[in-house]
Amino acid sequence: MQLLVQVIFVLIAAEIVGAAVMVVTAKNIVHAALWLIASFCGVGALYLLLEAEFLAVVQVLVYVGAISILMLFAIMLTRHVTGKGAETSLYQRWWVGLIVAAVLFAAVIAPTVLAHPWETATAAPALPGETGQPAAMAGIVDLGRAFVEEYLLPFEIAAVLLLVGLVGAIVIAFEERAARRHIPTLAEEVAHRRQPE
Amino acid sequence: MIDSVPLEWVLLVAAALFCVGLYGALARRNAIGILMGVELMLNSVNINLVAFWRYLEPHQVTGLVFAIFIITVAAVEAAVGLAMIIAIYRSWQTVNVDAVDSMKG
Amino acid sequence: MHIVIIFLQVLITILAVSTGFAYLTLFERRMLARFQNRVGPNRAGPWGIFQPLADAVKLFFKEDIIPSAADKGVYLLAPALAVIPALIIWAVIPMGCWNIAGDYQACFAAPGADGAGFYNILQIADVNIGVLYLMAVTSIGVYGITLAGWASNSKYSMLGGIRSAAQLISYELALGTAILGAVMMADTLSTREMVFRQAGLWFAVPQFLAFVVFLISATAELVRTPFDLVEAEQELTCGYNTEYGSMKFALFFMSEYVKMIALSAIGVTLFLGGWHFPGLKLLGEVVSGAAGAGVATVVVGIVSLLSFLLKVLVLLFLLVWLRASWPRVRYDMLMSIGWKWLLPLAFINVVVTAVVVGLAPEMNPLVQGIILLIIGVAVLWGATFLSEKQRSNLKVAAKAAVAPTGGRQ
Repeated sequence: MQLLVQVIFVLIAAEIVGAAVMVVTAKNIVHAALWLIASFCGVGALYLLLEAEFLAVVQVLVYVGAISILMLFAIMLTRHVTGKGAETSLYQRWWVGLIVAAVLFAAVIAPTVLAHPWETATAAPALPGETGQPAAMAGIVDLGRAFVEEYLLPFEIAAVLLLVGLVGAIVIAFEERAARRHIPTLAEEVAHRRQPE
Repeated sequence: MIDSVPLEWVLLVAAALFCVGLYGALARRNAIGILMGVELMLNSVNINLVAFWRYLEPHQVTGLVFAIFIITVAAVEAAVGLAMIIAIYRSWQTVNVDAVDSMKG
Repeated sequence: MHIVIIFLQVLITILAVSTGFAYLTLFERRMLARFQNRVGPNRAGPWGIFQPLADAVKLFFKEDIIPSAADKGVYLLAPALAVIPALIIWAVIPMGCWNIAGDYQACFAAPGADGAGFYNILQIADVNIGVLYLMAVTSIGVYGITLAGWASNSKYSMLGGIRSAAQLISYELALGTAILGAVMMADTLSTREMVFRQAGLWFAVPQFLAFVVFLISATAELVRTPFDLVEAEQELTCGYNTEYGSMKFALFFMSEYVKMIALSAIGVTLFLGGWHFPGLKLLGEVVSGAAGAGVATVVVGIVSLLSFLLKVLVLLFLLVWLRASWPRVRYDMLMSIGWKWLLPLAFINVVVTAVVVGLAPEMNPLVQGIILLIIGVAVLWGATFLSEKQRSNLKVAAKAAVAPTGGRQ
């Protein structure tokens, strides 16, 4: 059973990281977006494995169902339909980024993670008061309660942030009707052609 | 899960994801590609939060709450970022961040 | 043993859904024919019941073409991405209540009271976040269409793809917010508990407003008439599936119809009481008294399944009816319906539900339902009134703009 869980974990981890590598290396930006979706799904699966079902579904709902499709939408809008433009290119000193990322991983994060003595809660016997029986894991109900009690202010701020983001996105992407390229109707085109030059 | 997979493994996966995302954000010239890198980094942070919640404090909700806040921020960031990319595309006909250099001295 | 049962459940569900898809196409064609005073397909077999078979054979033996300019990988992936969400939706839908443990009364008992003796073989997975799962799976259904539009590398497909992305993410909001109202009434995210809470009063009554919003946005989510701009024949020659033929087209066709059944099933589960039917418990008691609990379980199982299917059929008929009687909306109308009307209506519903349920949590559900129903109908009436007024204002403005110059120059 332990081995099975470990194998599943390794598969999911390989999927997440492999897909992420494809995201940053894929030549075609639409393919990169597809790999991004694969990576997000992998993260959702990892949440399931970590027994955070609610977050797993929210991950799929928000990242896969909304953010990625928004990106695909933006890619489709910022590209000439028939021409090129879907291809992406790298910054000329891309190796600097590679070195920074690799050094960060190998020299900073990995040693820190491995060196720190983590006190995992598995062995600890739960809440005071109860003995033997480990306390129940926090579920959706606790999460909902936390949002309206302890984290009410951050919750409201997040809501305001969402509203501001919504308004901001509309204002930024809005195009004045007057500034739009005029598309002649059929009647206008016919009238234009009939006019002697 | 928590008795068969040590916490360090999960953290290493998140770290790897973060670094891959960082590389993407640094090396891509396409603005949407950069945004994808940033999303990967935010995801890795979320993995960390959930892992800490599960391994260290499973009966507190703090980790989950912060993960949800990060998802919210990521959604806002994607929406505003993509709106800006579309606005830039309209006036520059490109989404390469190098090409948008009218402020360059 | 457990795994074998689950495997069988999945297999039977998928087979049943595929067959259901085939006969739904026949149902729709016959119904449309009736609406249009025609006969419809009636040549293959009695009443045309072999028509789907003939269609399938035709699609199977068509030439399989991949356009040379298409992005091959994504082009082949898109139909699969369209079908898979449509099929996996079924995992959490309770299609009836056949307790394999042999005690039919567990179906009517509060969930969680005695979880041990309950195993419903008419629901594949009983997860505690079922409703969210439904929303998540519906939201990933957009990829098949959008990617098909992009991968075909054709103008029409591309336009269809862009339209689908915009339309589906817009209407998902209204759909999700409408579902939220039902979730607030039920106080749960589990589909099984959702159905249990509707034993007395179906949520379509207290959540009437949400139900109307749900039906409209579900139609849009299915890209069916009057919201089928994604595949408008007249403008886009078929939209996203222009470049698809043979079995790949059949997969898109299948995903569309399976999604239609699935969304109807979601509507039934969330608003029309799931497999509940008045008198079902009484029937179980009577049969149990006459022939024993084992027979009663089987009878309750079959009758609940039939009642679920009947309700799904009613919603499917509604969708066909809509298709037969409504013209396609304009694109700007589509967006304004979704963002300016349905979404605010759904928000109003959430607020009203929160206030009514929060103010008097101990109220008699019937009284509560009637209060909510009255408010819902009043809000809907107000919205129709407003939209009529807006439309007449627009007409006056248009006339005023045209009149002085005597029409367009």
